[in-house]
Amino acid sequence: MSAANGVAPGVAHSNVIEFADVVIVYENFPAVAGATFSVAPGEIVLLQGPNGAGKTTLLRACAGLLPINRGDARVLNCDLRLDRYAVRTKVGLLGHANGLFQDLTVAENMSFWSRLVGASAQDVAQAMSVMGLADRLSETRVANLSAGQRRRCALATLIVRRAQLWLLDEPHAGLDTQGRDELDRTLRSAREAGATVVFASHEIDRAQKLATRCLTVSGGVVSES
Amino acid sequence: MKSVTKSKVISAVLLKDLRIELRSRVLTNQVLPFAGLVLVMFAFALDNDDVLQRVAGGLVWLATLFSLFIIVQRSFAVDTTDGALDSLRVAGVDLSAVFFGKAIALAVKLVALDVVLVCGALLLYRVDLNLNGLVLLVTCVICATTGLGFVGTLYGGLTAGAKGRETLLPLLLLPVVAPVLIAATRATEAAFGSGGAQTSEGWAWIGLLTVFAAVFGVGGSLAFGPLIDE
Repeated sequence: MSAANGVAPGVAHSNVIEFADVVIVYENFPAVAGATFSVAPGEIVLLQGPNGAGKTTLLRACAGLLPINRGDARVLNCDLRLDRYAVRTKVGLLGHANGLFQDLTVAENMSFWSRLVGASAQDVAQAMSVMGLADRLSETRVANLSAGQRRRCALATLIVRRAQLWLLDEPHAGLDTQGRDELDRTLRSAREAGATVVFASHEIDRAQKLATRCLTVSGGVVSES
Repeated sequence: MKSVTKSKVISAVLLKDLRIELRSRVLTNQVLPFAGLVLVMFAFALDNDDVLQRVAGGLVWLATLFSLFIIVQRSFAVDTTDGALDSLRVAGVDLSAVFFGKAIALAVKLVALDVVLVCGALLLYRVDLNLNGLVLLVTCVICATTGLGFVGTLYGGLTAGAKGRETLLPLLLLPVVAPVLIAATRATEAAFGSGGAQTSEGWAWIGLLTVFAAVFGVGGSLAFGPLIDE
């Protein structure tokens, strides 16, 4: 467990995420109001908190999708205030949406995303197998899949990216028990392979078992649980 | 993650957009009938062979522009419905390559649309087309649809996340594509020989269409990424 809170100026940035007094204003609302926390390599960190607490904003900011209005923010040694684009090739974000094309089949979606990130056919086959998509589902249009199957497909696109930092917003949502177990195994495998995982979840019991550390987000402020 | 060349991203986006179109058949089942109806309604409204022959070029390109709005909105709806546009941003993909991939796909759809519209004009408005005119017309369609592909993709990206994008897109796009409407209409009139126009008169308008395509190709590739990101 890492308890590193705060970032001292001049300290080597060995943590995967280092946020110090970060403020993010989203649509004229301070969704993150002075967040200070850090995440060490190989951790699985759970962000827990009520709806509207700022969990999604934090995850999107870590992915370089939102500008940092104040404070110091570093992810994978990229300073998000100076260049929030550089971090994007190193992280994988699964938000509330799945990022899939409804008119394409599972295999076609996988092929598209793997081509964009330069993944091999072997990586794709492995990811589809892990998420239980290698059988007849592979030729099914995404529009015809259940919510849980779409989530699995989205997770498979994330696996092929081999991201150093996985940012997951409600990853268990829509999955059946088998799918949730598979997801947990996948995240632990990713961690063993060297990845770091930060995820937000309302399924506290399952999420706390999976996480190596829990952070509570409330009113845009982060604290250790 | 391996680095991916721009051409691979362009081809992946292009093939994805065309595959979605082939699968969903929005162009063939909705846009083409709509554009055809526009031509027929104009024929009913004007109901005069001389007038129709004279304005045939303009009617073809007006129908193209009306259809452009539908195609552009559809092109970005498939990317925004399930957050794929966000995923493209997070994937660190070169967004200028995404711009070119989507613009080329859009231009291909517009070429298919214009082939049908020109055939419709030949049948409904009884315009003449000789070999020189055909060469001019093909060049005009390629240059105009390329320009419309670039500008449509740029403004489609601009309005993709905006509230009221259905009405905002035509409002923003129509004034910008006015030069294409004018130049393509004049070139098509020259190709059809409408109002005694000579085929040679149309080539100057092709120059304008080429400049328009070049400006929005370069400008769009530079602006698309920041626009999508903001």
